Amino acid sequence: MVEWTDFERATIQDIFSKMDYEVVGPAALSRCLVVYPWTQRYFGNFGNLYNAAAIMGNPNVAKHGTIILHGLDRGVKNMDNMKEIYAELSVLHSEKLHVDPDNFKLLSDCLTIVVAAQLGKAFTGEVQAAFQKFMAVVVSSLGRQYH
Amino acid sequence: MLSTKQKELIAEIWGGLTPVAEDIGADALLRMFASYPGTKTYFSHLDISPRSAHLLSHGKKIVLAIAEGAKDISQLTVTLAPLQTLHAYQLRIDPTNFKLFSHCMLVTLACHMGDDFTPVAHAAMDKYLSAFAAVLAEKYR
Repeated sequence: MVEWTDFERATIQDIFSKMDYEVVGPAALSRCLVVYPWTQRYFGNFGNLYNAAAIMGNPNVAKHGTIILHGLDRGVKNMDNMKEIYAELSVLHSEKLHVDPDNFKLLSDCLTIVVAAQLGKAFTGEVQAAFQKFMAVVVSSLGRQYH
Repeated sequence: MLSTKQKELIAEIWGGLTPVAEDIGADALLRMFASYPGTKTYFSHLDISPRSAHLLSHGKKIVLAIAEGAKDISQLTVTLAPLQTLHAYQLRIDPTNFKLFSHCMLVTLACHMGDDFTPVAHAAMDKYLSAFAAVLAEKYR
């Protein structure tokens, strides 16, 4: 069981309640596809991913980025139960999508950078640590049903 | 490998950060200590509280070294030779920590530059910091 301090709980609720999913989701996914181009292997049918500009402007990427980000909602609402909450999605990513779980960390790092750029000075070291801890639990939960 | 465009972009960004080297460096270090408490074990001999003289001067040293390397990336092994020896024989910081610091430096840059820290800049910077860390660890064994 993960132990959360009051500060960590408050920080996570705060960040996600103020988040514009339609901006942050696309930004995080497209950044991941640009910074770690090998992640494009999972998006062969998304159309033009030839360069950064194409990726950033790709509507399929944008739509999917929003969907992925909303996947974090269940974790935000159930911070004490994330392993169970993500079991189904974990099976999906393993059995159907065949995504290497190392990729979850790459996307998580890109999301951290996007949130940091948005919040600027407000994204202090302590806020970063809380956010990264939350994302680490999400990543771990998503990787749990891989066998 | 880094393209010519990426090298120019990196040199430009670090050139602009040199005047605020201590703030950038101290910020990255503080983030690393907060997220990865194990890294504090290398600083037991210093005062690493926010805005302390030690933290600022140490942050400045690190950023200036990164900026110096950025001026001519093809010469990294030459530029970093003395630091390679220092890290290998005296500091002996486990190289996994370089990754942790690099990540926190990227976060610092994102906070500092906002939208200007574009995905293209982020990609180039991540590559450069990885290369820098690899060269730094070359004399370890």
